[in-house]
Amino acid sequence: MPGTNGSAPSGTQVTFLEAIKQAMFEEMERDPAVILMGEDVGVYGGAFKTSEGILERFGWERVIDTPISESAMIGAACGMSYLGLRPIVEMQFIDFIVCAFNQITNFVAKGHYLWNAPAPMVVRGPSGGGVHGGPFHSANPEMYFVHTPGLKVIYPSTPYDAKGLLKAAVRDNNPVLFFEHKFLYRRIKGELPAGDYTVPIGKAVVRRQGKHLTIISYAAMMHTSLEAGEALAKEGIEAEVIDLRTLLPLDEETILNSVKKTNKCLVVHEDTKTGGIAGEIAAILCEKAFGDLDGPLMRVTSLDTPVPYAPTLEEYFLPNAKKIFSAAKELARY
Amino acid sequence: MKKELTRQQYLDLYYYMRLNRAVEEMMVKLFRQNKIVGGLYSSLGQEAISVGTAYALEKKDWLAPMIRNIGALLVKGVRPRDVFMQHMAKYDSPTKGKDGTSHFGDLDNLHIVSPISMLGDLIPVMTGVAMAGRYLGQRIVAMTWIGDGGSSTGVFHEGLNFAAVQKAPFVLILENNLWAYSTPVRKQVPLENLADRAKAYGIESYIVDGNNVLAMYSTAKEAVEQARAGEGPILIEAKTFRRMGHAQHDPAEYVPKEMRAYWEARDPIALYEKFLTGENLLDAKGRKEIEEKINTLLAKERDFAENSPLPPPEFAETGVYCTGDDCHKIRAKWERPIAEVTPPRSSVEAVWTVPGFGSGKGSGGAHAPIHFGDTQPAETKPAEAGKSAVQAPAKAAAKKTVKAVPASASRKARR
Repeated sequence: MPGTNGSAPSGTQVTFLEAIKQAMFEEMERDPAVILMGEDVGVYGGAFKTSEGILERFGWERVIDTPISESAMIGAACGMSYLGLRPIVEMQFIDFIVCAFNQITNFVAKGHYLWNAPAPMVVRGPSGGGVHGGPFHSANPEMYFVHTPGLKVIYPSTPYDAKGLLKAAVRDNNPVLFFEHKFLYRRIKGELPAGDYTVPIGKAVVRRQGKHLTIISYAAMMHTSLEAGEALAKEGIEAEVIDLRTLLPLDEETILNSVKKTNKCLVVHEDTKTGGIAGEIAAILCEKAFGDLDGPLMRVTSLDTPVPYAPTLEEYFLPNAKKIFSAAKELARY
Repeated sequence: MKKELTRQQYLDLYYYMRLNRAVEEMMVKLFRQNKIVGGLYSSLGQEAISVGTAYALEKKDWLAPMIRNIGALLVKGVRPRDVFMQHMAKYDSPTKGKDGTSHFGDLDNLHIVSPISMLGDLIPVMTGVAMAGRYLGQRIVAMTWIGDGGSSTGVFHEGLNFAAVQKAPFVLILENNLWAYSTPVRKQVPLENLADRAKAYGIESYIVDGNNVLAMYSTAKEAVEQARAGEGPILIEAKTFRRMGHAQHDPAEYVPKEMRAYWEARDPIALYEKFLTGENLLDAKGRKEIEEKINTLLAKERDFAENSPLPPPEFAETGVYCTGDDCHKIRAKWERPIAEVTPPRSSVEAVWTVPGFGSGKGSGGAHAPIHFGDTQPAETKPAEAGKSAVQAPAKAAAKKTVKAVPASASRKARR
């Protein structure tokens, strides 16, 4: 089984979840300064089993089951990082990261700017909806933190990126928040290289080439956007799909290059509409590519409500390929 | 105390208390001259706490000050000019003008973590420092301070509980100065002794006369040694009084006159001078020498601070991120064999056994639940007694080991 020692033979298809587990195994294997801390990460192997087997491999000193105290674990990770450790802190569900909002935004994020104290640490956890988790187990709280200078915010969509970006996050000298869309955990598989690799933080990638419009997305919605892209192609509309991968710092160059080519931009995110990354991208395009736009920037996002529980409500709340398709068709008409 | 202090140590404590007070007095002057950019806080009357506790640390140990712990910073080796420049937002200050007051640190040399204004956050952070030090085999102790008001924050409890669960080598000094801004401690906490908070986390606590520097030092020394020996975190409540307002702008008219008078008569520096004179450790000449030494030093330090420029405006844009090895080479300092924490030596059995209840999957071992068939239920274990040095006079505290007295006994004694 690939998960037990963290290595997979070349050519093996692994799940998104397995990729994350491999990244943690390999980084802990590579560097004894890397430790894992969180609720139920040790004995139980994590609520989603992302750390299954890590305790057996690395022992109690490096795999720390914590009390239900998000502020304490994130504060402690910050203190550990000051002595050169590189802690990974798991939020059992990323919804609970806001319990440590002050620690992250005031202590962890500001240290380097204010007193030249780097805090190499990663806070990671399962995020996002579509699995009927209800209002407190489905959140996409990334934008609270994208608004916080000093943090890096990663939200990958493929197993390859998840592994490569998590490794890069562990090696980064800054605090990195790493969002793992739980809908992708066991649904998305990908091939991983046998050897060590990282994916650069702060670089978006073009997932689908196109010339009529640009769809910018990330995480689970990247896959939904690609699905819409295929449907659009059947109608003769070639959409270019960009996967942001990192939300902070944002890769403006890839966004601008694409929009200057297609002249139209649709942003799709599972986060709610007001204050989502689409608004920031709209502002960047207005500032730097206003003359290149042939149509309005459009958004397909979740509703401006909490995430509802009932399947009918949640489905209505979330973006889907049909909503993206309709918006893209409307945009293509400009 | 294992042994009496040397003459030099007695005089060090005096010097640092005097220096602490003189630095703050000079800053009041600078404040009145509009040379201090923001707020100015005072530890007047609380110098014995900062100085006595920080003096119990070794060089390799870590501390994180709060706003009334300038004294602790001076003991740890911070130069007065750095304190002045922080307050004056100068470019040569430790934060180069990006933050003020005691909000600065030094990871590499002095082992100081900067505080933030949100109270209590340092407790889990210093717990992490303590845990990392233990993990790396450094045998360090981490220390920080909190007030009576700060002990009401959620993170105080999260942090202290986590430290206790982890048996972290961490010492927390709770300065009960009776006032959180204008709110008296009675509205903050429904307890006579804030040290009682330690009971909730099963850790040891002490109650100390915060205006008695020798009691502060000897108790902190004992706590630091216990923590270093792996006995877990310790809470020390220092009973004291905030002589000034919350900050310079606050005349603190809400404080009863009688209360102020009571504590002003118990000035920690005056009390200690009396002790030193009585023990023939200090005479008028020695005192004058120390005063002159401090005056000369601070005049020089103030001049340096005043001559430092404000940071150039565009400096505001720099330093949000660490840019990598060119910015900071982050290397953990291992003082134990790395092999102990790397597989296969770090590996543990994938099965745990609870006596009388069989086995479970998931490597429990020593970390197994405490009342799943434990022979003795947790409730019957004797509670850890708080220790008190609250009524030990300076001389007694200096001469002999502070005897452990249960916190409840000291409560009774004072009623």
